[in-house]
Amino acid sequence: MSFTVSIQTQDFDVRQELAALRVGDARVGAVCSFLGTVRERNDGSAVASMELEHYPGMTEKSIAAMMDEAQKRFDIYAARVIHRVGLLHPEDQIVFVAVTSAHRGESFQACEFLMDYLKTQAPFWKKEVTPEGARWVDARVSDDQALARWGIQARNSTAP
Amino acid sequence: MNVTLKYFASVREAIGQGGESMDTPATTVQALRDELIARGGAYAEVLAHGRAVRMALDQVVCDGSAVLREGCEVAFFPPVTGG
Repeated sequence: MSFTVSIQTQDFDVRQELAALRVGDARVGAVCSFLGTVRERNDGSAVASMELEHYPGMTEKSIAAMMDEAQKRFDIYAARVIHRVGLLHPEDQIVFVAVTSAHRGESFQACEFLMDYLKTQAPFWKKEVTPEGARWVDARVSDDQALARWGIQARNSTAP
Repeated sequence: MNVTLKYFASVREAIGQGGESMDTPATTVQALRDELIARGGAYAEVLAHGRAVRMALDQVVCDGSAVLREGCEVAFFPPVTGG
C-alpha cells in the first residue's frame, strides 16, 4: 500500500513510476494514469513558458487529504501524484496521477477524482509568458463544475 | 499575538514580499485581513473585500471566522490554478 506525493522541479519517467506503483502487488489488475503537459496555447495566446509556484507544506497536506478521500470512496490499492514546479515549456510534463486497483472501474474513477480535486484544491499557481507579456492564469468555472460531479462544492473560481 | 503571514502568486507580487511576521490584536483571520487592509496601498488593493482572495490557517483553507492562535501561520492567495 503506497500513497505518495512528490512536488519537484525535475522531470519524471512515467514508465518507472507505473512500474514502482504496481510491481510487487499481485492483487492489481488495473492501473490508470493521467499525464498533464504544457500546451503551446492558452486562452488565445501563444505560451512561450510558464512558472509554477506552490505553497510548500500546504501542497503536500492538501494532496494527502485528497488521497485519503479517494481511498474512502474507491477500492484502490495505491496512488502516486507528482506535480512539477518552477520553469516549464510547451510539451513539458507538469502533473502525473496514477492509481491501481483490482478492476478498471475503480482506478479510472479514482484517477479522475484526484485530478478534479487537485485542480481546485491544491495550492499551485501558473504564470504564463505570452507575446502580450507575463500573466497569471485565471481559475476556471469548469474545474469547479468537474469537482461538483463528485458531490464536492468548490468555489475556487468564484469571487470573493 | 505573533502570527506568520504568507503571500503567494499575484498577492505576493502586489505586496512585494512572500511573507512577514507581525504582532496583532486580531483574534480572527477576518480581523487580521482588515488590519492589513488598513495599512493602505497594495495591501488595501489586493486584499480588498470583493476580491477573489483565498485564506488558509496553518495550511488548511479557512474562512474569515477562523480563530488565530499564538504562532499560527496565515496565508493569502488567489484562486489556485495547478494541474
